[in-house]
Amino acid sequence: MAKVIVVTSGKGGVGKTTTSASFATGLAMKGNKTVVIDFDVGLRNLDLIMGCERRVVYDFVNVLNNESSLKQALIKDRHTENLYILPASQTRDKDALTEEGVERILTELKESFDYIVCDSPAGIEKGALMALYFADEAIIVTNPEVSSVRDSDRILGILAAKSKRAIDGAEPIKEHLVITRYSPKRVEMGEMLSIDDVTDLLSIPLVGVIPESDSVLGASNSGVPVIHDIESDSGQAYADVVDRFMGVNLPLRFLSVEKKGLLSRIFGN
Amino acid sequence: MQSEVDGPAKTDIAVDLKGSVFTLPVLQIRTGSIDEIESELTQRLSAALAFFKHAPVVIDLEKLSGEGLDFGALLKLLARRDLVSVGVKNGTAQQNALAVGAGLAVLKGGPLQDILAEGKVTEYTGAQKSTEKTRPVSKKTEPLPTAAKIVTQPVRSGQQVYARGGDLIVMAAVNPGAEIVADGNIHVYAPMKGRALAGVLGDTTARIFCQSMQAELIAIAGNFRVFEDQMPADIRAKHTQAYLDGEQLVVEAL
Repeated sequence: MAKVIVVTSGKGGVGKTTTSASFATGLAMKGNKTVVIDFDVGLRNLDLIMGCERRVVYDFVNVLNNESSLKQALIKDRHTENLYILPASQTRDKDALTEEGVERILTELKESFDYIVCDSPAGIEKGALMALYFADEAIIVTNPEVSSVRDSDRILGILAAKSKRAIDGAEPIKEHLVITRYSPKRVEMGEMLSIDDVTDLLSIPLVGVIPESDSVLGASNSGVPVIHDIESDSGQAYADVVDRFMGVNLPLRFLSVEKKGLLSRIFGN
Repeated sequence: MQSEVDGPAKTDIAVDLKGSVFTLPVLQIRTGSIDEIESELTQRLSAALAFFKHAPVVIDLEKLSGEGLDFGALLKLLARRDLVSVGVKNGTAQQNALAVGAGLAVLKGGPLQDILAEGKVTEYTGAQKSTEKTRPVSKKTEPLPTAAKIVTQPVRSGQQVYARGGDLIVMAAVNPGAEIVADGNIHVYAPMKGRALAGVLGDTTARIFCQSMQAELIAIAGNFRVFEDQMPADIRAKHTQAYLDGEQLVVEAL
């Protein structure tokens, strides 16, 4: 049975799209047929992060309005087998999303995919509500700072009250926490919340901590999800997220301050 | 559904008169001065304003002890506060007459137990009349007021839980920005970081018990205390209870 996974956070700029791209890529690399949908209608970004912006012809809203078939709109990823992208429209707004339309597309996708990853827009308005409404599982992306954690708490409340599973009284959405932009140094200096602070408040299982890293920015700019950068700590941390999501028990990594070697101390970095 | 039983007879019944028990907030008037009532109301309602929006209220005249009251002015005042006045109770014959003149009902009854007991009696006498159209007030129509609401999931930012007519027991964290409200007592067996309002219908005997007190706001029967900055060390993250001592809201470690 295909699973619908929403990647959401409440707050903007915490790394939802970066996480969606790497997570979906990771699932596909494990041999799962995966599609990642950009729900951020009007402010599409996923296609940039996935490096397929020039190949967008038809989009999510076109399929919703029966202006194109799903097959026409799906973009096959160049780097990874089994991975497809359904881009958002840049020229429409979130009102184009309807419950019936989204349900029809998800039902059609469920026939041929193992995982459907929904990249939610920020906020708690229609776009975000549509992205989470049909979810079976949720990945909550949080930065270790108070406003991001507060917004994630709010989104968890909405998942528990306004999702289809909640309204139907079905088994609740399975929630997973990913902490992004984590900087051990700043936690040590007391400028950032610690992992315990975050998990204490949100009280949902943690599936990964992504360290703050230049490689994430580089990956975004070059349109290659950072999980492909197996040299970088962020890339490895995302690979761990996928493994843990699939049920592999791994210890958390990259949580302590890196000791600088003598050479880098002399030459700076 | 009912029409199947009643058949064509239903068409000549325009209305059905039925009895039912309601829990209504009671506004106890202690002074004849409209100004004093107004300033007091402003102060008290601000804590739980949303709950009292368009709420029906009963005006209790017991503590007024026969003093005169301008019902017209009082009704206007309550209407401005979005309260719907439905009637008076415990008034003298003269007060009742004035209230009726102002368009209010005169209500009998006190605490819910008494009304329920009264209901049982009605049921007895009602059973003897075979052609009873109005359903007698019975215990079955309303759950017992002692029923507590138990919440086992975290109450998250932006969520609100209300235990109507009874106690609220929360067994998971109440996070910042969340609000838990009860007509009765509140118990929280996990970190309490949000807002807790007990006795919102005016029960001054309601209490709040927290396993780990880190609340933003605590209120009992409209008397509230905000913990804006650092909470006092003697209660912070401790087993704590809050209760009313007269007008004073006491929050102390257990």
